[in-house]
Amino acid sequence: MSKRIDVKDLNVYYGNFLAVEGVNINIEAKSVTAFIGPSGCGKSTFLRTLNRMHEVLPGARVEGEVLLDGDNLYGPGVDPVTVRTQVGMVFQRPNPFPTMSIRDNVLAGVKLNNKKISKGEADALVEKSLRGANLWNEVKDRLEKPGSGLSGGQQQRLCIARAIAVEPQVILMDEPCSALDPISTLAVEDLINELKDQYTVVIVTHNMQQAARVSDRTAFFNIAGTGKPGKLIEFADTTTIFNNPAQKATEDYVSGRFG
Amino acid sequence: MLKVDVTTNSLTTSQGAGRAGDKVFSGAALTAGCLILAVLFGVALFLVVQAIPAFVAPAADIQGGQGFIAYIWPIVLGTLIAALIALVIATPVAIGVALFISHYAPRRLASGLGYVIDLLAAIPSVVYGAWGAAFLAKEIAPAYDWLANNLGWLPIFQGPASATGKTILTAGIVLSVMVLPIITSLSREIFLQTPKLHEEAALALGATRWEMIKMAVLPFGRPGIISAVMLGLGRALGETMAVALVLSSGVLTASLIQSGNQTIAAEIALNFPEASGLKVNTLIAAGLVLFVITLGVNMVARWIITKHKEFSGAN
Repeated sequence: MSKRIDVKDLNVYYGNFLAVEGVNINIEAKSVTAFIGPSGCGKSTFLRTLNRMHEVLPGARVEGEVLLDGDNLYGPGVDPVTVRTQVGMVFQRPNPFPTMSIRDNVLAGVKLNNKKISKGEADALVEKSLRGANLWNEVKDRLEKPGSGLSGGQQQRLCIARAIAVEPQVILMDEPCSALDPISTLAVEDLINELKDQYTVVIVTHNMQQAARVSDRTAFFNIAGTGKPGKLIEFADTTTIFNNPAQKATEDYVSGRFG
Repeated sequence: MLKVDVTTNSLTTSQGAGRAGDKVFSGAALTAGCLILAVLFGVALFLVVQAIPAFVAPAADIQGGQGFIAYIWPIVLGTLIAALIALVIATPVAIGVALFISHYAPRRLASGLGYVIDLLAAIPSVVYGAWGAAFLAKEIAPAYDWLANNLGWLPIFQGPASATGKTILTAGIVLSVMVLPIITSLSREIFLQTPKLHEEAALALGATRWEMIKMAVLPFGRPGIISAVMLGLGRALGETMAVALVLSSGVLTASLIQSGNQTIAAEIALNFPEASGLKVNTLIAAGLVLFVITLGVNMVARWIITKHKEFSGAN
């Protein structure tokens, strides 16, 4: 239930502005891949191209190929809606639907496309997804309460439960812990470690310790200057990136000399 | 022991100018707030005092000779029917137009369309009335004939249809055009305020645009839509000129396509100039009833909105 992603010569644009240039990367199935780099280097922008969320913004477009187990996400006739059911996403700020209960939030993606499921199946899926997100014990007695009443960390895990309820192949996480306190962060990191048994996980983070803790492989993105496109500088095993990087820029960044 | 000299405590010296501005502003705000309450109270008091003679007068003296209740309830129903027709037509159209402007139309078309809709609100109601009476009624009369012939078994479409088309349904249609801009522009503002975060959450789950709207935009906008509809209802209930011109009034009739029925506002407007004595009190009492209905509608709207506060996203 997980697929690999291969990106070939990807250029990402906002209108005429080239935001990310020439990315080639191979993301293994059932692994955690972290994107690190200074602010504005395009790592979040690049992440959003992996489930075609980038093009939601007016004027945004890409050139190149993103292959999900060999199938090009940007091939002719590919429906972004289908892509997004295969590649789920967790955002920087927790965003459960405020008008829905915890239960309905988990089921939100499943009920799309007029899919009907019985109450029993729904109950089982809610429990399975919330257990998968390490949230079940905290919310099992208040499934009908609004999701917005949970703490930030719980809300983020609810969003993860919502993402895994549709059983995607890949889960993208865009700085999922940046709005959370250290304890909630730890809970989400533990969860990421468990998720990689079943899913391909790609995580953008500003926190290098976090990248070191959770990821198998790390990609370092950098930008030459304001107005210049971001580039993938180095992509290797996490231990290599942090202990023995090949590029000078990577070494400067992970050792805290800039950024 | 440390000796504290109160007069030189630097914390006690206030900055005169800033404080004065504060006081002036809070005074002005308080005055404005009280003024509104005073005006509202004054109007309510006037209505009640002037209406009392109509309530206590012997039944035979009231217009119709059956007492105030018998006089008022048909026109209360007429008012509600006209307003209801207006809302039933205007609400779905307005929400559709608002969604089109906020989420479907290209940006340039959207702003143009927004201006046109807002322009509808700038047309004086007497112009709407004239348009309804002189043009719409005539054009729509054949449709009423068709309704009477084909759906005549429904009490609301019972024939024979009015030949002039000056019916409560025509009045309701004219009212719906008048309340359309109110509901549209308020709904549009609400829809545009939907957090991007929630829209993207829906899209990232694999929602189509319509599913995203159902999931994120409409639930978020619901209290706003209710307020917009209630504002529209307020306008429809109180609208005088258009109804007075369009409707060929009469006794309460179930059929919407025959002449008949009357609304409170039009009844007051048509009769007030020649009224005297108890008749004036009766009309003012009718106005009081309209005031109470509008107040009740607004309170129900508030209640609906607060009932769903927990899920509103405000927390």
